[in-house]
Amino acid sequence: MSNYLDISAVGIEFKTESGAFRALQNINLKISKGEFISLIGHSGCGKSTVLNIVAGLYSASEGGVILDGREVDEPGPDRAVVFQNHALLPWLTVYDNVGLAVKQVFNRQKSKAEMNDWIEHNLKLVHMEHAMHKLPHEISGGMKQRVGIARALAMQPKVLLMDEPFGALDALTRAHLQDSLMEIQTDLNNTVIMITHDVDEAVLLSDRIVMMTNGPAASIGEILPVDLPRPRNRLELAEDSHYNHIRQQVLRFLYEKQKNPAIRAQASAPLVEPIAKESHQGNPKAA
Amino acid sequence: MTEAAIMPKWQFWKTQNGIPLADRMTRFVKIVGLPFAGILVFLILWQGSASRIETSLGKFPGPVQVWQQAANLYAEHQREREKATKFYERQETRNAKKLAKNPDAALKVRAYTGKPTFFDQIFTSLYTVAFGFLVASLIAVPLGIICGLSENFYRAVNPIIQIFKPVSPLAWLPLVTMVVSAVYISEEPLLEKSFLNSAFTVTLCCLWPTVINTTVGVAGINQDLINVSRVIRLPAHKHIQKIVLPSAIPMIFTGLRLSLATGWMVLIAAEMLAQNPGLGKFIWDQFQNGSSDSLGRIMVAVVAIGFIGFMLDKLMLILQRRVSWDKKAVLR
Repeated sequence: MSNYLDISAVGIEFKTESGAFRALQNINLKISKGEFISLIGHSGCGKSTVLNIVAGLYSASEGGVILDGREVDEPGPDRAVVFQNHALLPWLTVYDNVGLAVKQVFNRQKSKAEMNDWIEHNLKLVHMEHAMHKLPHEISGGMKQRVGIARALAMQPKVLLMDEPFGALDALTRAHLQDSLMEIQTDLNNTVIMITHDVDEAVLLSDRIVMMTNGPAASIGEILPVDLPRPRNRLELAEDSHYNHIRQQVLRFLYEKQKNPAIRAQASAPLVEPIAKESHQGNPKAA
Repeated sequence: MTEAAIMPKWQFWKTQNGIPLADRMTRFVKIVGLPFAGILVFLILWQGSASRIETSLGKFPGPVQVWQQAANLYAEHQREREKATKFYERQETRNAKKLAKNPDAALKVRAYTGKPTFFDQIFTSLYTVAFGFLVASLIAVPLGIICGLSENFYRAVNPIIQIFKPVSPLAWLPLVTMVVSAVYISEEPLLEKSFLNSAFTVTLCCLWPTVINTTVGVAGINQDLINVSRVIRLPAHKHIQKIVLPSAIPMIFTGLRLSLATGWMVLIAAEMLAQNPGLGKFIWDQFQNGSSDSLGRIMVAVVAIGFIGFMLDKLMLILQRRVSWDKKAVLR
């Protein structure tokens, strides 16, 4: 079962007006069923591109992705995506947004009543049953993201792809959603690939953290297993030395081995302390 | 605390819904007073300058003369209607008499053929523009959607759109006239040829703004929403129905409103040029008449055309508000 999802030798080149741009090179990653993987790296390193290739939204220039014994060649509901800015249809209610996906994916497999139960069940899972008949602009950003997750879960995907799902939210809302996600994950044990910028989020949620090198021609730098016991509690972990050790390893990779290209470019500028900054923004619960 | 609570009871008229009288006054002046003042100044300027313009048909009509002519046109319309009713009454009694004498008598039923009044011409023009606009929209919206969805198709069609777009539809008018009279041959035509000529000319100018704006609207759909559709594998017709149309509605309506406005302008010109029934013909007939009332009557038509154009645009706004999902959007 260790290669339920097999990303092998994937590379991609984009054609631009100033010639070809190689974004990814030789990405190899095997993921087992039920594993939670975080992809972390600096902006522009091609994390989202990896996710889009797995989703089938981009097709790789070389290499390929095999999910559960079948090659990925187009987008499909078995690889549901949670988008960074929720991507809910603004003209449909919360219920209908999930419903559109459910009706399309389970067309003829479920009766109307079963579909209705399934939609409501998934909205309950993310604690959004109270706002079922509201439109997206009537609910908060965190709530929209919950609905986005419910829509993806409702497709019963083989692998759940999350593209910086909490990136646009404030720290407190983000913490709530991370807890909800962990809770759901204990119940469903989905296979998940999540892109994140947030070191704490990665350590808290993942089984393995995949750290990417800077682009162009980005690749996987290191893979760090997170062997913290579950269920994990953010307050207890803040004091945990093993947790802090893992955290430090990620930070060291990001800020020593792969210096942020933006900072490297202005080497003459006074050095900001990226580590201190990151730990402030990423560790609100420790305060 | 609102002012209503502070104020003694006998001064209740000073506030309403907690808004003090002074604020309500300001708002009233803004919403009603300013437009009213604008119209008043315009009327004064009009009256003042009109009396100085001497034409071969008398003085240029001022607001007062125009108002009198409007009343005259309405009276003429009433008279014409009365004549028509009387005509039908006479015809009925005549036929009844004939039947009484001889139950097998062949009866003649004729339609009243009076001169169309100003109001008849307005309705003719309205039907024509509605028909032409509808035909154009039925072609332009689907075409725009295809152009917006397929960049290759757009590239293929774009040069044709760009070349025909700036052509005045009046240049088409002779061609339309010839084609309609050659192709549309029927013993008992359901639609008048002149009606079709005007309507198709309107169609030709209503196409472009709608095609272009629909294309822009459809091409500008949020990429995330398209990705959602791809992930859940929506078939093409559902993709259009659930995602493309709702997002493109504002741009489609921008196109439709531009189309209807130009269509209405062009129709009047086409009617004048081709002597097809409608408001344009009314204006041309008055001009040819050359009576002392003519200029006043033309001015009535000018104001009516403007007012109708304004109402047509309002109608489109109401329609947009009904079909748009975003009821709070500010429509202008």
